[in-house]
Amino acid sequence: MNTMSSKAIITVIGADSVGIIAKVSGKCSEYGVNILDITQKVFDTTFAMIMLVDTAGMKMKFSEFSDVMKETGKSLGVVIHTTHEEIFNVMHHI
Amino acid sequence: MLNAYDIIDTIKMIEEEHLDIRTVTMGISLVDCIRGSITETADRVYDKITSRAKNLVSVANEISKEYGVPIVNKRVSVTPISILGGAVDTEDLTPLAEAMQRAADTLGIDFIGGFSALVEKGFTKGDIRLINSLPFALDATRNVCSSVNVGSTKTGINMDAVKMMGKVITDTARLTADRDSIGCAKLVVFANAVADNPFMAGAFHGVGEPECVINVGVSGPGVVKAALEKAPYADLTEVSEIIKKTAFKITRMGQLVNTLASERLGVPSGIVDLSLAPTPAVGDSVARILEEMGLETCGTVGTTACLALLNDAVKKGGVMASSHVGGLSGAFIPVSEDEGMIAAARSGVLTLEKLEAMTAVCSVGIDMVAVPGDTPPEVISAMIADEIAIGVVNNKTTAVRVIPAAGKKAGDEVEFGGLLGSAPIMPIKTASPARFINRGGLIPAPLHSLKN
Repeated sequence: MNTMSSKAIITVIGADSVGIIAKVSGKCSEYGVNILDITQKVFDTTFAMIMLVDTAGMKMKFSEFSDVMKETGKSLGVVIHTTHEEIFNVMHHI
Repeated sequence: MLNAYDIIDTIKMIEEEHLDIRTVTMGISLVDCIRGSITETADRVYDKITSRAKNLVSVANEISKEYGVPIVNKRVSVTPISILGGAVDTEDLTPLAEAMQRAADTLGIDFIGGFSALVEKGFTKGDIRLINSLPFALDATRNVCSSVNVGSTKTGINMDAVKMMGKVITDTARLTADRDSIGCAKLVVFANAVADNPFMAGAFHGVGEPECVINVGVSGPGVVKAALEKAPYADLTEVSEIIKKTAFKITRMGQLVNTLASERLGVPSGIVDLSLAPTPAVGDSVARILEEMGLETCGTVGTTACLALLNDAVKKGGVMASSHVGGLSGAFIPVSEDEGMIAAARSGVLTLEKLEAMTAVCSVGIDMVAVPGDTPPEVISAMIADEIAIGVVNNKTTAVRVIPAAGKKAGDEVEFGGLLGSAPIMPIKTASPARFINRGGLIPAPLHSLKN
């Protein structure tokens, strides 16, 4: 089982408002996290975004970045999870 | 490439369905801690545990944060202490349990297991000392767990040990009466005990294990129930398929955490235990899965069949997801630690007799069951004998963790808090088995052919 990838998934779910993508991607840029892919939809009033990012050049520890994103989510009224990609790979791919 | 549905599926399992890693347990051999003096041995035990496991909690917390998976407990299991106990210069082994407690406090772990003895065929000097020390050791410590293996399919049942354990359990209940007899919640009597079990109270680091190892126990009854809720009219073949797929996902997460913890701690990766371990929280119950299959209340007729299906499907789904499967691996049915079991026991539908039948098809046994405080020791022993016989004859692990709650009677409740939960006192038959228990001796190993 490969546990060395630097890719991570950021999920953002919650009530839609102006500037969510700007704020989240701003934080990524601030801490050296490169955005590789974004999937985003608004269902009625619920905002849902999944970002694939590369953390190889990240300027802080992964767990600290995860905390920063969580706090960012709180300030935007959405829930943000930042998780290494492997957890999804191992659970959904054989 | 990952799809959005899979990602949301995982996040939902963790956020809403209580998916978590129940425990990362580090097994540590204490064989090299044996000295002639008990004080010296206790010091060596403390030093070895605290040095080997010094990063266990921080590494587990780090993994939990990076992968978004809650790791509920961090635990340590050690060599059965009776092996150390034979060499020391005192009869009372409580100082070794106290050294384990001090180590647990220093490390900030949740439980430490291995104040144990394996006596399925007879006693060593250390075994006798350990069993005699049990009530005092369990009274003097908070996080130390203990187990005694009294039978195996290969050797039969040591009925002298079964008799002793009835008394040990009632003595422990009395000594810890001011805490709802909680000492008994940390003591389990086994048949076919496994050497790599990460779950408490039965974890110990077996003699065939390496110097140090990481074992992981997964959880996830809430996830299985949520998956079944989406298919209320599926036939049982489909139910089994749903459980297998869910168990696969849960176990893969456990395997990943095991691999990561092993890499970061520099300790060999051991096993993933495929168990469905409930907690007292709503939405994290094995009983509620059985009810979702179509039973009005867990414990009614049909429960054993539903549990057999669940247990088998969990194993089939989990086995392929893990490099090394071990431990107890099956659905747990502790009463006090499972919200649905508590409710079923309170309603009177789930009885001790039904629980005993259920243990024939799942892991682990009569677990976290509270009985009246005035239950005589020989009745506890006979209850153990029945349960151990099920394990020995069926070539599986079974166990008894029973709490004769001091001063309480059937219908009262005990409250342990945390993962140990609360339980109604269940009535138990008390027509005396004393003459049977007092015979002592060994029940011979069962025949392995002519099966019926």
